[in-house]
Amino acid sequence: MLMCHVKGCATDNFPLRIEDAELEQVEVEFNEDFMRRMINKIEWGAFVQTAFALGVDQLPATVPENIDTEFLQRIHRVAMETKLKEGKMICNGCKHVYPVTDGIPNMLLQETEV
Amino acid sequence: MSSLSRPEHIAPPEIFYNDIEASKYTDNSRITAIQYEMTQRALELMCLPDEPQLLLDIGCGSGLSGECLDEAGHHWVGLDISPSMLAVANDREVEGDLFLQDIGQGMGYRPGSFDGAMSISVIQWLCNADKSSHVPKKRLLRFFGTLYNALARGSRAVFQFYPEGPEQVEMIMGAAMRSGFTGGLVVDYPNSTKAKKYFLCLFAGYAGDQKNSPQVPKGLDSEGEPAKVDYAARR
Ligand SMILES: C[S@@+](CC[C@H](N)C(=O)[O-])C[C@H]1O[C@@H](n2cnc3c(N)ncnc32)[C@H](O)[C@@H]1O
Ligand SMILES: [Zn+2]
Repeated sequence: MLMCHVKGCATDNFPLRIEDAELEQVEVEFNEDFMRRMINKIEWGAFVQTAFALGVDQLPATVPENIDTEFLQRIHRVAMETKLKEGKMICNGCKHVYPVTDGIPNMLLQETEV
Repeated sequence: MSSLSRPEHIAPPEIFYNDIEASKYTDNSRITAIQYEMTQRALELMCLPDEPQLLLDIGCGSGLSGECLDEAGHHWVGLDISPSMLAVANDREVEGDLFLQDIGQGMGYRPGSFDGAMSISVIQWLCNADKSSHVPKKRLLRFFGTLYNALARGSRAVFQFYPEGPEQVEMIMGAAMRSGFTGGLVVDYPNSTKAKKYFLCLFAGYAGDQKNSPQVPKGLDSEGEPAKVDYAARR
């Protein structure tokens, strides 16, 4: 759900491209209603693209018509339980690199970028 | 006009909250108790439905406020400018997703991403100009503008803060209203110097539709009764 926030960067600023990713699997309690609402908020194409870059290649290109619990659990595993531990998030629009260290993305901008 | 009891007069936040200060802050039982209580009150003012929500903790620090969100079963994203505070939050294994971010630079979330936002003891920092390029009014506008965008229509943002005076309250509220928020200030225990607390209670989604905006909740007074609010939202 994150896009580039460099001032004036408005095209191709989402999703951020992920490189040199080191992932971490965490455990988060599954809540079906929460995930149902999340799916509506997620930009599906961007989500699939990002998941693919992280090595998750089993997601359908469009949201299935009948969303069952099993499907929601799969999304939960990717969206909630897979964390980027180290790596880079790069804006395809302005090429700004947001480094990720110890699971924390650095979103700070140069004063010239705000 | 600098007073040493206000950390924002001492140094910029990312310098003030260094490793030492970050662990001192988090290990202080008086601070943890106060932050806990204020976060509970903020949650009450947010009137969230009784199911897990996706929330934003603005200036999450070492995760004291975020832990109350964990307890209440919500998911959250925490933003803070201090690497040391975030490192403590990481060590304490809070559930939220942490981001190193200067909120005065705005945030880049997709429209409507969050079901609500809260911020405990943070926004008074935005009234300072810590760099020559900082213009507090501009930073406040950028902050509230991008926050408004990130919030789902109909959601609330509640900020507990320590204003230095009425000008700061006005500057902060003015920027929030200009960014599209409705709402106003809730003052708890207005007659007690010690217990008095300010909560800015904002609603997203009623820009141009003020008459349908929810009422600003009443503050508490010493008997636990609603008290008078001394600042109301005006445009
Ligand atoms: C008193 S602490 C409160 C932390 C947490 N909300 C709590 O209740 O324990 C204030 C926090 O605001 C953060 N802060 C101050 N200015 C900030 C800014 N411009 N952007 C992001 N965080 C900021 C500081 O780094 C610090 O962690
Ligand atoms: Zn960009």
